[in-house]
Amino acid sequence: MTDVVVVGAGVVGAACAYYAARAGLSVTVLDRGPVAAGTTGAGEGNILVSDKEPGPELELALLSARLWRELAGLGGFEYEAKGGLVVAETSEVLGSLADLAVAQAGAGVEHVPVAAGELPGYEPDLTPDLAGGVYYPQDSQVQPMLAAARLLSGAPGAVLRTGVEVTGLLRDGDRVTGVRTNEGDIPAGAVVNAAGTWSGEVAALAGLDLPILPRRGFILVTEPLGGRLGPPLIRHKVYTAAYVTDVASDSEGLETSAVIEGTPSGTVLIGASRERVGFDRTTSIPVLEALARQAVALFPGLAARRVIRAYCGFRPYCPDHLPVIGADPRAPGLYHACGHEGAGIGLAPATGHLVAGLLAGAAPTLDLSPFRPERFAA
Amino acid sequence: MPGSGHEGPGTRDLAIVGAGPAGMAAAVAASRAGLDVVLVDAQARLGGQYFRHAPPGLRAGHPGTPQRGFGRFTRLAEALTGVDVRLGHRVWAVEKAVEKNAERNTAGNAGKAAGNDPGNEADQNPGKDAAAGFIVHCLAGTRDERRVTLRARRLLIATGAHDRPLPFPGWDLPGVLTAGGAQALLKGDLVPAGRTVVVAGTGPFLLPVAAGLAEAGARVAGVFEANGGAGLAPALAVRPGKLAEGAGYLWRLARRRVPYAVRHAVVEAHGGDRLTHVTVARLGRDWTPGARRTIACDALAVGYGFVPQIELATQLGCATEAGGDGEQVVVVDAGMRTSVPGVYAAGEPTGVGGADLAEAEGWIAGRAVAADLGRPVRPAPALSRRRDRLAAFGRAMQDAYPVRDGWKGWLRGDTLVCRCEEVPYARVREALALGATDARSVKLLARPGMGWCQGRVCGYAVARLAGETSPPPRRPVAHPVRLGDLAGLPDRADETQGTANDPAGEEAR
Repeated sequence: MTDVVVVGAGVVGAACAYYAARAGLSVTVLDRGPVAAGTTGAGEGNILVSDKEPGPELELALLSARLWRELAGLGGFEYEAKGGLVVAETSEVLGSLADLAVAQAGAGVEHVPVAAGELPGYEPDLTPDLAGGVYYPQDSQVQPMLAAARLLSGAPGAVLRTGVEVTGLLRDGDRVTGVRTNEGDIPAGAVVNAAGTWSGEVAALAGLDLPILPRRGFILVTEPLGGRLGPPLIRHKVYTAAYVTDVASDSEGLETSAVIEGTPSGTVLIGASRERVGFDRTTSIPVLEALARQAVALFPGLAARRVIRAYCGFRPYCPDHLPVIGADPRAPGLYHACGHEGAGIGLAPATGHLVAGLLAGAAPTLDLSPFRPERFAA
Repeated sequence: MPGSGHEGPGTRDLAIVGAGPAGMAAAVAASRAGLDVVLVDAQARLGGQYFRHAPPGLRAGHPGTPQRGFGRFTRLAEALTGVDVRLGHRVWAVEKAVEKNAERNTAGNAGKAAGNDPGNEADQNPGKDAAAGFIVHCLAGTRDERRVTLRARRLLIATGAHDRPLPFPGWDLPGVLTAGGAQALLKGDLVPAGRTVVVAGTGPFLLPVAAGLAEAGARVAGVFEANGGAGLAPALAVRPGKLAEGAGYLWRLARRRVPYAVRHAVVEAHGGDRLTHVTVARLGRDWTPGARRTIACDALAVGYGFVPQIELATQLGCATEAGGDGEQVVVVDAGMRTSVPGVYAAGEPTGVGGADLAEAEGWIAGRAVAADLGRPVRPAPALSRRRDRLAAFGRAMQDAYPVRDGWKGWLRGDTLVCRCEEVPYARVREALALGATDARSVKLLARPGMGWCQGRVCGYAVARLAGETSPPPRRPVAHPVRLGDLAGLPDRADETQGTANDPAGEEAR
């Protein structure tokens, strides 16, 4: 019998498997699709502390940022400690941005206020029509699909089984004792629900309500820049202050705010849109247009660059915008590691680290009560 | 003729994407039935790949050059008089014009559109017709590329197919091109691909390419067909006349002493800066290479069938299925209607079958659109029977010229699978070892298909290496589009509202 079955081979499941295996547990990771093919494969690879207000998620993000720096030593995936630059269009927005930065500093977030005149020193091609910004050196970026795959291959003894769909949970009374799959039953000491946007379905197999909903986002990708075309146009992760409020918003309607960054392959990634439209993959031209407009407004030089592709993904969204991490008291043996919305890449190592600690019986190094699974029960 | 008749903005009855045999025939059929048709093509001239021809000035210098099907082409082109032909228009996206989009338009445009079109009322009645029509997003012009948006109540996808290459060591050398590319050079520019050319791959298409090259003055050092042609009987039972056509090509090749061999393939291309010679191997039943020899040449034209170009159909959610050659095709009914109401497909997107089939499907589609829009159209059972017979022939030809998985044995670790992103075979294998199980996850882990061509060249190979048949394409952006154009910058707002020929819009650039 395996000690742990992890359901979901995205970046969160991979991190759970990695740290659990490092803690000496035997781990089997199941995914109905290939590795990293869900939301992990549709993200930008953000590792952000800058967009989080002081509180439990920021603590998780700071722990995660530190763990990603360690994990980068595994090699085999791109990790860039490039820093984030948050910019404000008006002095009013700059004021609230500065206030946020000061509050974050109390929690351990490093930041550098950037006056309007200093912005070109960070990003020479930024529009001059900005009031200023804040630079966050701890923000970084990772290639998320390869990172997830390398965490799995670097998890000692862990077994990855793709194409295996969990169809039920093995129970002993309330206790979860393994999973039923299309390839037979797999008894396990513990089951970790890391099914991302589909985690609600796994919870439902235990008769539990986990209100995780998809929040769609599109990303535009440009032709490769840099190389023979010159130095990289965009050096940091650059986004507008509106992104912070969009992330925290509860709106069902479309929200877009510019999040722009270069990648080592020379492409520029342009996000971010948020819509609650279920799992609808139909391309929305108005969303693509809005993303393009905002990108060109921030970096006028991008107007001449071509978009060669676009893709969408579904963020696992919880009503209170906090992830679900920890043992489920309603179903002993079942642990959740899901609901990270758009921050799953960034928060994955801390999530995996904390869940592995619980599985190994260690006291958590962070207060997990804000993330408790039963918090949604009426 | 291009651009005549319909200068203003408005919603047309039918927009046709692709002006090859299918699109041209559909445009003629629909406009004869009284529809207001706009025909869009990325190329500078009508005709698509099959009817591709050199511009008149260039042709005049080569009076003897045979242009296959040119009479048929001319008749179709001359019948397009009432059609708004938009050449040099690259379609990057199509979308349904739902209420949400209608709100985005200025009230003035919408009003004008309705006023222009007496049949428009039907579309505004949601009970009668679910789709409020379609928006075709184009990029027009070359140096001064600009965004043009067309609207139509019905949409026909007649976008043809592109070559399906297989990777092999050296296929990225200058001098190696697709069979279709070699033919396009010859038909469109009257230029043979090289002085000494080898033609290789599989399928009947290799024969006209080789014959054309030989007759244009190239020395064709060999034609290598990877299959044996043993499975041809069912195809020829349907269209015995094709036997004579094939024999005719072989005779034309023999007359010029062009060596022709079955069960052989080019398994490696050699050269420093450009191609100098190729290795040809005898193939076993499953295409495992056997005895080898080299042939000097400065050009290699290679093709292993075609991939229907269906990304506009999948953008709209049209149902697809795997065709006989494993490629995804758009599912259509007897009237070429797709699963999405108002969207039709004709020609290679419904299954590769050649120009005759494409043209028949175009006639059927054009008539079906007219009938669906309430125009009187007499039934044409003979046309349907012809389509069925030609489609059966196309399927039988695909069965006779399959691609066997033995080609994977031609690859080395450093052989590029994706040329755009320079992904070698070793990285694809590594992605599979890391847990990729399909083409998309291989792409996510190793980047094949993420570059400029968006997997059009390597898609088949990557899917087969991942052990699946080609999945339906996911290309929300079908053609690269500048961010400034996508943003629809305020000074060009007029253009993005459907005033394609508005001179003020062009000046605004």
